[in-house]
Amino acid sequence: MPSLLDAKISNGGAIVTKVEDLLNWSRLSSLWPMSFGLACCAIEMMATNASNYDLERFGIFPRSSPRQSDLMIVAGTVTFKMAERVKRLYDQMSEPRYVLSMGSCANCGGPYWEHGYHVVKGVDRVIPVDVYVPGCPPRPEALIGGLMKIQELIREERLGLTRKEALQKIAAKSAPAEEVIIAAHPFNANVKSPATEKPKQEVEEVTA
Amino acid sequence: MSKLTPEQIHAIIKEEFGAETVSDLDNSRTMPNFTVLDHTLWQPMAYFMRTDERLKFDYLACLSGVDYGDGTLGAVYNLESLSAYQHKIAVKLKCTKENNTIPSVAEIWRTAEWHEREAYDLVGIVFEGNPDLRRILCPNDWEGHPLRKDYTVQEYYHGIKVPY
Repeated sequence: MPSLLDAKISNGGAIVTKVEDLLNWSRLSSLWPMSFGLACCAIEMMATNASNYDLERFGIFPRSSPRQSDLMIVAGTVTFKMAERVKRLYDQMSEPRYVLSMGSCANCGGPYWEHGYHVVKGVDRVIPVDVYVPGCPPRPEALIGGLMKIQELIREERLGLTRKEALQKIAAKSAPAEEVIIAAHPFNANVKSPATEKPKQEVEEVTA
Repeated sequence: MSKLTPEQIHAIIKEEFGAETVSDLDNSRTMPNFTVLDHTLWQPMAYFMRTDERLKFDYLACLSGVDYGDGTLGAVYNLESLSAYQHKIAVKLKCTKENNTIPSVAEIWRTAEWHEREAYDLVGIVFEGNPDLRRILCPNDWEGHPLRKDYTVQEYYHGIKVPY
């Protein structure tokens, strides 16, 4: 489906669309994350905000108050001391709010999973997380990928549809990561993957 | 007055406080050290090491807490004469888990105040005479001292599950 502005729905200066779509489009085009970072992931997040990766082209720029933000990027190691502060900041954000967990530490404790007595083994033990971005730390491209997942989630939202159901709808659309990686990598052109084998079988069936 | 060898430093201290108050010199390649056997002499000895014209250990480079794993705890002081002679030595003090006190040297080297708080927080050595002996890294209501060999992490902290 083409995005809102690409769709051929305008005529004589008028645009016809659903209010829901317009609302979702405007919300996902001005995602304001809370301006805070916890560890080295925050450096990557700052690099993503800076001119090379330029998050502002997505309408994303950090706000310095939780009350003005609708996205929390948990960028870095969440210690038990910090966990309560993170929870408090999350509680101060107004609905609808989204949480992106950036990097292995925030996802599951990362390198501190076994002997790190002071690290929360995943920020989802404290606040609900919508999108997890893996990496240690994730490159700016990965963070942008995660932010686009948040946009996708907002695009799916409808009246009467819970957050969980919207997330399930997105999950149903996604392809297994292994197939995508093998198919996209030029050096793996000769590697037989489930993604490249399936269409061949279908072709054979048709010709037979 | 010039740069002294560890043997000379050790000899000066033995001469001042008596031969039985400190152990023999361990001339380790990485850091020559000796152990103070009489805890009551540690504060005057530290003051002497800082102020004596021949020693002038004016810089406490590091204070480490150690759990030796056999019921013994200890503190290691890395001392340097930074402004005068550039000589170095390490001093060790040992105590047990049951009787876990070591005299504080926070009044002699100000650096020691926070270092002692860290050693107290992570290894559980009580530095007697430290003006503000609170935890410095872990939350105030944390249970146990995490760098002890027999430490096991608590199940919950403020309702958040701690182990993986």
